[in-house]
Parts: sequence; C-alpha cells; structure tokens
Amino acid sequence: MNFIYLVPLLPLLGFLINGLFRKSLSKSLSGIIGSGTILASFIISLAVFFQVKAGATAVISYFDFINVGSVHINFAFQVDQLSSLFLLIITGIGFLIHVYSTSYMHEEDSKDFAKYFAYLNLFVFSMLLLVLGANYVIMFIGWEGVGLCSYLLIGYWFKNDNYNSAAKKAFVMNRIGDLGFLLAVFWILKRLGTSDYHEVFANVSKLSAKDIGGITLLLFVGATGKSAQIPLYTWLPDAMAGPTPVSALIHAATMVTAGVYMIVRSNVLFSLAPCTMELIAVIGLITLLLAGSIALFQNDIKKVLAYSTVSQLGYMFLALGVGAYSTGVFHVMTHAFFKALLFLGAGSVIHAMGGEQDITKMGGLRKKIPVTYFTFLLGTLAIAGFPFTSGFISKDEILMNVYAHNKLYFYLAFAGALMTAFYMFRLLILTFFGSFRGTHEQEHHLHESPKAMTIPLIILAILSVAGGWIQLPPMFGGHPNFSNFLEPVVKTVEHTEASVTAMEWPLFIATIIGLALIWFFTNKNYNVDKFDGEYTGFKKVLANKWYVDEIYDAIIVKPIQAIGKFFNDVVEKNIIDGFVNGVGKAVNYGSRQIRLLQSGQVGAYVLLMVIGMLVLFIIQLFFK
Amino acid sequence: MEISNYIILATALFSIGVIGVLTRRNSIIIFMCVELMLNAANLLLVAFSQMHNFKLGKYYPTLASDAQVFVFFIMVVAAAEVSVGLAIIVMLYRNTHSVDVNFLNRLKN
Repeated sequence: MNFIYLVPLLPLLGFLINGLFRKSLSKSLSGIIGSGTILASFIISLAVFFQVKAGATAVISYFDFINVGSVHINFAFQVDQLSSLFLLIITGIGFLIHVYSTSYMHEEDSKDFAKYFAYLNLFVFSMLLLVLGANYVIMFIGWEGVGLCSYLLIGYWFKNDNYNSAAKKAFVMNRIGDLGFLLAVFWILKRLGTSDYHEVFANVSKLSAKDIGGITLLLFVGATGKSAQIPLYTWLPDAMAGPTPVSALIHAATMVTAGVYMIVRSNVLFSLAPCTMELIAVIGLITLLLAGSIALFQNDIKKVLAYSTVSQLGYMFLALGVGAYSTGVFHVMTHAFFKALLFLGAGSVIHAMGGEQDITKMGGLRKKIPVTYFTFLLGTLAIAGFPFTSGFISKDEILMNVYAHNKLYFYLAFAGALMTAFYMFRLLILTFFGSFRGTHEQEHHLHESPKAMTIPLIILAILSVAGGWIQLPPMFGGHPNFSNFLEPVVKTVEHTEASVTAMEWPLFIATIIGLALIWFFTNKNYNVDKFDGEYTGFKKVLANKWYVDEIYDAIIVKPIQAIGKFFNDVVEKNIIDGFVNGVGKAVNYGSRQIRLLQSGQVGAYVLLMVIGMLVLFIIQLFFK
Repeated sequence: MEISNYIILATALFSIGVIGVLTRRNSIIIFMCVELMLNAANLLLVAFSQMHNFKLGKYYPTLASDAQVFVFFIMVVAAAEVSVGLAIIVMLYRNTHSVDVNFLNRLKN
C-alpha cells in the first residue's frame, strides 16, 4: 500500500524517458520501457488489490496542492475497493495493449515509435491519476489528461488533415463535458468548502435538493462528453482515425469508462437525485438504441466496433441510472475485456489485409488467420451475450435490474441486445466467412499476426469467456462476489429481490432463442460471395448515422463560424483595428499641424512669446 | 493729476509698441517699437514715484525716489541693447541685403 505512488509514477517516468530521448532510443528499447513500466504498475496494483480485498483501505496524502484562503486541496490518493479494481483493469489491459503495439506499430520509424509509447504512457498515467484521486480536483487533473492524450493519439498520424480534424473534434467535445464537470466541482467547493470524497459524502445533508440536482446534472454533462453519450458521442466513431491499439485502450477499455467511474464514485450524491438518475437511464437507453441502429449498416470494421462501444456505454449508463452501480462497474470490466479483444482482433485483421478496413472487401478469412478468427469469435459471442460468457452475465444483470425499475426500458434494452447480436454476427460473418472479396495482392499478403499480437488476443479471449464467472447469476448457483467486494464504497439502490430475479429464466430462454434466430438470419444474408455494401431507403439513413453529424454542422458549427466571421470582419477590422490605426493617424495629423509652427518667421515666434506672457498674466491676476 | 491717466497713457504706448513689434516688417522700426515699450515702462515708474512723493498734500521730493533712479538704469540698458541690436541688423543686412524680417526663415523646419 505504501508503494501506491509508484503506480502512476512509473508510467510518468516512461513517458518522460520515451518522450525526451525519442531520437536516440531504438524501437525495442522504447517498447520495453513503455511496456515494462505498465507491467510494474500492474504487479503493484495486484499486490494492492489483495491488500484491499483483505480489508485495508486508505487515503494517503502527499502534499498540499492548493492552499488558498479557506480552500485546502491535498494531492491525495484514495485506495479502496473501487479504485483498486479499476487499477487492475487499466494496468492489466494497458500492458496487453502495449505489448500488442510493439508489433502493430513496427512499421513506424523509431522516433515516432517512441513518441507513440510516450503518449500511451502519459495516457495511462492520467487515467491512473483519475481513479486514484481522493478528491474531485485530482480526478479532474486525470480527466483532462486523458482528454489531451486522446487528442494526441487520435492525431498520431498528423500528416493527414482528416485525422487532425477528428482529433480536434474529440477534444472539443470532451471539453464541453469538462465545463459541466468543472462547474459541478466549483458548486461543491462553494457549498461544502471541500472536494475530498470522504468529506463531501459525509456532509451531503448540508446540500439542498436544488444543489444536489444541479451538481449531479453538471457531473452527468461531464460524463456525457467523456463517455460518448447523446448528445456528445459523435467524436467516438471519428476517433477511429487513430491507430487500432489506441482505439482499443482509450476508446474501449479506459477513457470512456471514466464517466462511469465518476458517477459510481459519487453514487451517494446521485442516489439522492432521482430526477438526474432517470435522465441518465433515459439517455443511456436512447444512446444504446441509436448507436446500435447505426452499427447495423456500417462497412468499416472499426466503425462498427466504435458504435458498438457507444451502445455498450449506453448500457452502463442505463445500469447506473436505475441504481445498479456495481452492475455498471461489472459491465465496465467485462466490456473492457471483450471490446479490447475485438479491437485488437480488428487490428490483426487490418494488419493481415495490409491496411484495408472495409469489410465489403474481406471475407473467408477464417482459414487464413485462424487464431485471430477464433479469438474474434469468442469476443463476438461475449458481446452478443452467449450464455455463460462474461458479457452474458453482466448484460443479464443489467437487464434484470432495469426490469425491476421500469418494464418498458427492459423491453427496449432487450431489443438493443438483439441489435448488438445482429451487427456483431454480421461483422463476424462478413469478415471471416464466405469467400474473399478483396484484390489478388491482398490475398497473397494474408498471414497470421506475430506472437506479440496473438498472445494478448488469447489472454483477452480467456478473460472474455471466464471473466464473468466470479458473479454467476443466482439461478445458476452463483454468489454476488463482485457486488459484495464493492459494497463498502458502492451503495446500490435497492429494488425488491423478487422483481430483480423475476425475469431470470424468461430472459435466459429468450436470449438463447434470439441468438439462434439471429445467427441463422445473418448467416443466410451475409455468408456470401459478393457484397457491395450499398444501401437504399431507411438503411441509407442508418448507414449515414442518422445524419447527426450533418445536423450538428448546420445547427452548431456553421452559426459559430458565422459569428466568428462577423466578429472578425466587423468588430476586429473596423472597430479594434480602426481604433489602433486611428491613434497612429491622429498622432501623424497632430504632428503635421504642429510642424507648421516652425515657420522660421521671427515674427511668429515673437507673437507666440507675447501670447504666452498674456496668458501668464491672466492666470496670475484672475485665478490665483 | 489722477494716476489713472498716466496708467492709461503708459498702457497705450506699450500696446502700440507690442503691436508694432508683431506687425512691422522693417527690423529698424521693430527696434523703435521696442524702445517705445521701454519708455512706456519708464513713464509708469516715474508716475508712480511722483504719486508716492505726495504725502498729506505736501511734496517730498526724496521720499520715494528709488523708481526715478531705476529709470536711469533702464535707459542705460536700452542704450546697450540698441548698440548690440543695430550691430546684429548690420550683419543681417550684409547677409541678406535687406532689413526685412520675413527673410529670416532659415530656421524653417
């Protein structure tokens, strides 16, 4: 526990070394430094986790961060069940992705290779700071840091303008959310004089209902930006411009779960604000359905997975909105496993196809890249909710908790689950089944990925399948080990036990039947030789993402640009520049007039002397 | 005689001198106007000295005769100034062959 400061410190050191010495480090060395620091952090996190499991939590304060008047903010880490769990997820999956990246990015030259690992380490550092912080301010430092690293990594191949725009879009949308978060923190500081979790949650009774409503709403706005909920989700699909391991780490396993972490951490506040909770549940539900519907007809491997991420995040927020906080965290964990697996698998496919990402050009890869295929299959089964995979257990738990809250939400969420199965099976079949639809050179180039890429895939596949077995549903004789572990920190909103488990068996049966039907249907439609990927009618609307980007462009971007143009042309050029230039012109004019005094005429000088004397006399006589 | 008469006369002479300095183009005339101004001041000094010399209706010639002595100083200064000034005018004439003040615009710009 005393070495907890090493957990974020080591990645920071990795960032500094790889960043400062990137021109002189070899590729293998920067890869070892980058991955080694994360491995060390993981080992320490593991030790801490077992200490916490035995019951030892702590808040360790290092130094005074801000000490102004009555505001005291310490740089302190809070090690408890929730943060130690997240530490494991971040460092564990982070390490696997670092190892994967050493092979995936091997075509870059060593300077850019080291830059990549520096950014990745900086990201892990920020994320660790976020989950370890003992007050909202330290969390916000990490919060902003991950947003920054997201920008840096999405725009990694900075020579491409489109990628830069995607990076800017991600950062700006994150920032909008950050504003909400910051306002909430200010509000808390104003009302309670502290931002430490322990003190805030102990003094919650000092806040009025309006305070709690406002604070939770603003915190949720922050979560919307970071975790890609409606309306701030459009950056995530565009963020696929970055390298695939980046998409796996940041946009599947860690950064986007920061919003979930923050809400779970503040569960005391949120449980007292039922209106906000309802809003969270509704937005989670709409996001889930909207993103799922868009994913049905996307033709780019990574875009399907991106929309899938947005949709799964909707599930997590739905769980949070009905009060099932530990279930939300459980889904975070299982989602991290199978989504990272799916993204890394997609990277392996892209690597085998020599850079091609369009699934209409793939097909029949099952025999050519078997390890990738098999792990991808396991990941697909997990996300679709095949019985006893981790995804099945966590998703069913969410659905059962939703049922106890509102039956309509339950049916809609179940429909969303069927959509998930549909688009994932479609992706799997179009990519790996049927016959190859690409070019001849691509076909010759097809080969299985190297060990550094396949071993993380295998590890993640094992976790995707078995990771949920720590909390089997009660009907299969499982104990709520996970929820019990988080119990001291996360107080679930109680629904009656009976209604939570009422739909267990019907849900199970419906899932099996649904999956079987969908498999049959997608196999018939997509296990084909030719697939052009063109859509008409309503499918076209879905394939074009409901034109949301275009709507945002028309409603928000163009007016802001028009306002900016107005200010530039009218205010800046005429008024401000006019003022500054006018001063110059006035000085010029004045000096020209005064120069006329120097006529050289003696008479004029004498006249001026006389006038001066007269003025002095007058002042002397009349004003003294 | 009222003192105001002398004051008005001196003021009138002084103003004429000032206007002459400002208006005339011939530098010698300007000099004469300067002399006129000096003499106006002299007049004032003497007038006031005489005013102070009358106490209780009687005339005491040495009571306040400082001003009358000062007048001689002014005249001496005027004479010295005239000599220097005329010397300058002679040099001016040698350079520009005229005594017109308007030709002295070498200080222009």
